[in-house]
Amino acid sequence: MSLIVNNLQANIDDSPILKGLNLEVPKGEVHAIMGPNGSGKSTLSKVIAGHEDYEVTGGSVTLDGQDLLDMEIDERSRAGLFLAFQYPMEVPGVSNANFIRAALQARLPKGEELDAVAYYKSLYEKMDILEMDRKFTARAVNEGFSGGEKKRNEILQMMMLDPTFCILDETDSGLDIDALKIVSQGVNAMRSPERGFLVITHYQRLLDYIKPDVVHVLSDGQIVRTGGPELAHELEESGYDFLKEPVTA
Amino acid sequence: MSAYEMNEDAVLDDDTKDAIDIDRSVGDFTFPENHKYDAGYGLSQDTVNYISDVKKEKDWIREFRHKALDVFNDKPLPTNWATDDLKNIDFDAIRYYLSDGQAPKRSWDDVPAEVLETFERLGVPEQERAFLAGVEAQYDSEAAYSNMKEELTKKGVIFVNSTEGLREHEEIFRPWFGKVIPTGDNKFSALNSAVFSGGSFIYIPKGVKLEQPLQAYFRINSENFGQFERTLIIADEGAELTYMEGCTAPKFETATLHSAVVELVAMKDAKIQYITVQNWSSNVFNLVTKRGVAHENAEIRWIDCNIGSRLTMKYPGVVMKGRKARGEVISIALASDGQEQDTGAKMIHAADETTSNVVSKSISVGKGRSTYRGQVHIPKHLKGCKNNTECDALLINANSRTDTYPAITVRGNQHATQHEASVSQVSEEMLFYMQQRGISEGEAMSLAVNGFINDLAREFPMEYSVELKRLIELEMEGSVG
Repeated sequence: MSLIVNNLQANIDDSPILKGLNLEVPKGEVHAIMGPNGSGKSTLSKVIAGHEDYEVTGGSVTLDGQDLLDMEIDERSRAGLFLAFQYPMEVPGVSNANFIRAALQARLPKGEELDAVAYYKSLYEKMDILEMDRKFTARAVNEGFSGGEKKRNEILQMMMLDPTFCILDETDSGLDIDALKIVSQGVNAMRSPERGFLVITHYQRLLDYIKPDVVHVLSDGQIVRTGGPELAHELEESGYDFLKEPVTA
Repeated sequence: MSAYEMNEDAVLDDDTKDAIDIDRSVGDFTFPENHKYDAGYGLSQDTVNYISDVKKEKDWIREFRHKALDVFNDKPLPTNWATDDLKNIDFDAIRYYLSDGQAPKRSWDDVPAEVLETFERLGVPEQERAFLAGVEAQYDSEAAYSNMKEELTKKGVIFVNSTEGLREHEEIFRPWFGKVIPTGDNKFSALNSAVFSGGSFIYIPKGVKLEQPLQAYFRINSENFGQFERTLIIADEGAELTYMEGCTAPKFETATLHSAVVELVAMKDAKIQYITVQNWSSNVFNLVTKRGVAHENAEIRWIDCNIGSRLTMKYPGVVMKGRKARGEVISIALASDGQEQDTGAKMIHAADETTSNVVSKSISVGKGRSTYRGQVHIPKHLKGCKNNTECDALLINANSRTDTYPAITVRGNQHATQHEASVSQVSEEMLFYMQQRGISEGEAMSLAVNGFINDLAREFPMEYSVELKRLIELEMEGSVG
């Protein structure tokens, strides 16, 4: 049971971005994907989540055996997939509390109402872990949030929705070291044998806080190297220059 | 002047349509007609005389009506600036007065069974028990029910229909009748002045502050009919009231006309809040003239929500006649496929240190079209006047349309005005974000719409409108300990 990406190919505006990508993240593991700008890191997360700008031209993505590519965006979410956005969107006028409530409500059978008291209890507990002010619940989703607040909000949503598989897309970008620690704490608190993580990042820094089991290097739409945590350090020291050498996968 | 239009073809999927659509079916039922009085089809001097005869009106009112008919006939349809759809009103195919000839009842028990059932289905008696100080329920041309809490009668509050108001309380109402909105203000105010019937005439004595709202409900039951209620509200010095109106009609095959005139008078230090939730069926031409006069330090607020009708033209206004008077228009309009919401505000500053505020939000769905027309007038000789105008439009898909025509005339340099306008669309990226959290596309759209109008929606009492409740997500946090 895991996330399995098999020979995934995807285009945007007819130009290929993912060119036969293979990846398997078993439950309970944290895998990091690193790679230079333009290698397809963010495309991978959006294709898995079902963004309509990308056209899947081949391959498959399954989560615990379910065919994700056959599902609507919201169905994928309810099937257990969570994507923490690199650039979380603002939703003007909709409070955080209402937004998260709507997302939880969408997971309940028709006619069943979310228990409000239990909901707020759970929400406040998680906000405390992320050191978020209570006033945050009444603020509109991401509107006027600092970069750090937006990322914390992503992790809060992740904690509330309790997904089986999480993709973190450049969650470290725009974070100062304190925010990075808090966000990482939140992620680490969620690590469990029942949950898989794919952490997409450009820098090794995040991986000091969220320790990966496996590190993959993505280049030109394919995974070109896979290794242990030491691979991230190696990349940190010598950069991505090795990619310029001819590679045989 | 600016106009925004996006012409790409886009189609709403059914899921999205359902999620953002308002339930307009709540009022879509009708009972057989049971009329003792029927002015017949078409509009002539005979029609006017018929109405005056049935109401046993004094000569001055009859003359007022006849003069108004002449003005109506002389004035062209305002198609030079408004929509050509006005030409589709067939004034000869409309009946201008229909009633069962019964006086309004003080108890729901005395109201004819079908009429009672109508208002019960619309929730009116229930709302009255829950939170209203008084209710008038109009069925076609006349009120079927009219009642007010006894303590208000004792305080001298008057809450009657237009016929009774002019007959029993002429000394109070005649001085202001047709003065805030003269007959010739526009073609439809003239039409109303010629054939008006029903509506509310309200007088709140000096210093009396109503804690609960008064409500009028306007119901059209008959086909090929025009409803022309006339409302005049006078809040004497220091008096305060909130008045709410609602309206529905069945969806007939033919067009229905609703053309009201509403005049408000707020004397020194008085406050009037006038709340409308307009949910006419999509065959109704809703052409309404609403204006108030605010005297020294008085306040008039129009809170207006237009979600129904085929065409609505409505520009509530406030003439700020006394020093430090305040005027406000808060409006929400939703134009779905086949609908046109042409709304706005008129703020006429006529004294020093007067303040006006206009906040308008419109949502255009599919081929729906919404237009904001605003007029703010501050003459040169005044000082210390302020106006704030904000109009925001949300387009749900690419072939929706919105136009904004703000006209702000400020003369002299001792005033402060600001104007903001925005047009936004529910973006693909925003929907993707919400859907990634498990929310369906339709619900995501609905959330985005709710978010857009959220701050204004708080101005409307929740008990009041199930339709609006559908549109607005209530914050539930406050109810949790």
